Amino acid sequence: MSKALSSNYTPGLPIAWKKILLKWETLLGLAVIADFGLNTYLSPYFLNPWTLSDASFNFTEQAIVALPMALLIIAGEIDISVGSTIALCSVAMGLAAKAGFATPWLVGLGIFTGFLAGCFNGFLVTRLRVPSIVATIGTLTLFRGIAYALVGNGVLKSYQPDFAYFGQGYVIGPVSFEVTLFAFLALVFAVALHKSVIGRRIFAIGANPVASRLSGIPVERYKFWIFALLGATAGLASILLTSRLGSTRPSIATGWELSIITMVILGGVSINGGQGSILGVVLAALFIGLVTFGLSLLNFPGIVLGIVTGTLLIGVVAISSALGQSGRRRRS
Amino acid sequence: MERRHLLQVTAAALGATVLPAFAKPARAAGKIRIGLVAKSLGNGFFLAVDKGALEAAAAIGNVEVIFTGPTEPTADGQIAVIQSLIAQHVDAIAVSANDPDALVPICKRAMSRGIKVMSYDSAISPGGRIVHLADSSNALIGQTLDELAAAAAPGGVGKFAIVSATPTSTNQNAWIAAMKQDLPKYPGLDLVSVVYGNDLADDSYRQAMGLLQKYPDLKVIVSPSSVGIVACAKAVEDAKLVGKVFVTGLGLPSECAGHVAAGSIKSFAIWNPIDLGYSVVEIAADLVKGAAGPGQSLPAGRMGSISFGADGVGVMAKPFVYDASNVQKFVKIF
Repeated sequence: MSKALSSNYTPGLPIAWKKILLKWETLLGLAVIADFGLNTYLSPYFLNPWTLSDASFNFTEQAIVALPMALLIIAGEIDISVGSTIALCSVAMGLAAKAGFATPWLVGLGIFTGFLAGCFNGFLVTRLRVPSIVATIGTLTLFRGIAYALVGNGVLKSYQPDFAYFGQGYVIGPVSFEVTLFAFLALVFAVALHKSVIGRRIFAIGANPVASRLSGIPVERYKFWIFALLGATAGLASILLTSRLGSTRPSIATGWELSIITMVILGGVSINGGQGSILGVVLAALFIGLVTFGLSLLNFPGIVLGIVTGTLLIGVVAISSALGQSGRRRRS
Repeated sequence: MERRHLLQVTAAALGATVLPAFAKPARAAGKIRIGLVAKSLGNGFFLAVDKGALEAAAAIGNVEVIFTGPTEPTADGQIAVIQSLIAQHVDAIAVSANDPDALVPICKRAMSRGIKVMSYDSAISPGGRIVHLADSSNALIGQTLDELAAAAAPGGVGKFAIVSATPTSTNQNAWIAAMKQDLPKYPGLDLVSVVYGNDLADDSYRQAMGLLQKYPDLKVIVSPSSVGIVACAKAVEDAKLVGKVFVTGLGLPSECAGHVAAGSIKSFAIWNPIDLGYSVVEIAADLVKGAAGPGQSLPAGRMGSISFGADGVGVMAKPFVYDASNVQKFVKIF
């Protein structure tokens, strides 16, 4: 079956796309290096291991969630509820910590809560046939609402000291646990998406769900499990964030869904599904992190950061759709 | 090709770890650099704080104030800003906190790198700062807000509601608690609702409109937020209820003067944010020069000396009431 599929899909497509993607990632890579150089040139404080390590905390958690988000968008769906999922997981962990559970239990609970939230989204989309954007706008409010209902205006901060390691700990020298985990997950996701049958099927589902279904790919099951994986990863990010803040409020991670989706789109993943790469997403996360931190080192007001990010995103979508068109033209 | 770029970046990032920290602070010897962090930028209150901070910096001499803050009033945004201040090796950081607890780890990190951290206006929990400078005491503000509500309600009698900022805002919650505590002194006043406008003009406006519809016999709206009071006054004017419903609370003279003229606001209060910024820089400079802080009385230039309790909390002054008679004098200041 998968052979039939690949023979249906290989001609023309991967080669043309690969060329474009290669170009796109090269461009992003160059942008990352250029910004790294620019920051070093403009600020005497930038090139310092601890400074770079500190700066990485600002985007690593979002970048981790961007990895499965890339899979989901490539498969042709989207999840706007991840920020609220993070809040829900954090509240679950906070309540468990208050009840006296030890750190390993909290970790398990955080990931499991996220997993359940993801399964719920997956159920709405694949079983009840609610369009993913509608379903997850609903759960965006729902999960956040539950978080507020459970904690209200209060704060949960009965975390054990060892819980601080996930968001504040270092593996070696200034290399944080968060960055190490991100590098490891990026590798796993890159292999899964680009080197496995599962990954090839995800691309196929996003490019043409009907054809994929006809060629025997269990499209709905794939989508369901990607939602579940994204939820569980949001749970993981929630552990890191909660540990970094040392406390839980139901307003935690508000608006993160947009930053995460921005990373994915900036990384060259098509919002229409069917194309993208993990390398692109990783580079986009690095790029956003570097630009944001570089500007804040120069004490540019946050408003400028917003303008830069917004312009970048529009630029990227415009460039990639222009590239996409030229790619199509070449094929026909 | 693209792999190599990634490798280069990673190598540069990792390679930097074995290099000595050659990015030494490039600054004049002995110059005191103070990072002044607002709850969010574009908020008139903090611009006035910055004005006072610059005045103190000039008065002390050899002090540089870096005024910064996030776009949205979030803890996340402030953490990123504080991170960049740590990277710039400032000598002191003064923060008006969006979240008292979430900022503790990053401020501890700043203090572990030798930076003196204090909070002002809205506090950081004790573990995350050396001292906190409160604009005024919560009890005094609560009392003032009740006085204002009683003065706005005809004969001191009627229903009133509160439009606060965010449900997690430390100071808002403390003031509302103090208001409730002091309320028995005003038997004519009846607090019917507390709603949250998130320190955003459109949210506060909608909340105020909702209150006006829900309680047709509402007499007073109290908003202890400089964003909220203006939005509420606008809502009262748009609903054509000027003279029937009065808005009061904490606001900036420049932003409230128009509404005082329109009649939707009779009187309102605010401490002087210029004095606050001035005091913050004076206190931060004291800390950098070696003062311990908690349990001490620290000199604060023209503000006299401010005493800090064993818990590190010091109180600047009591809020000042503005009305049609004096508001114009302050419009140009802040």
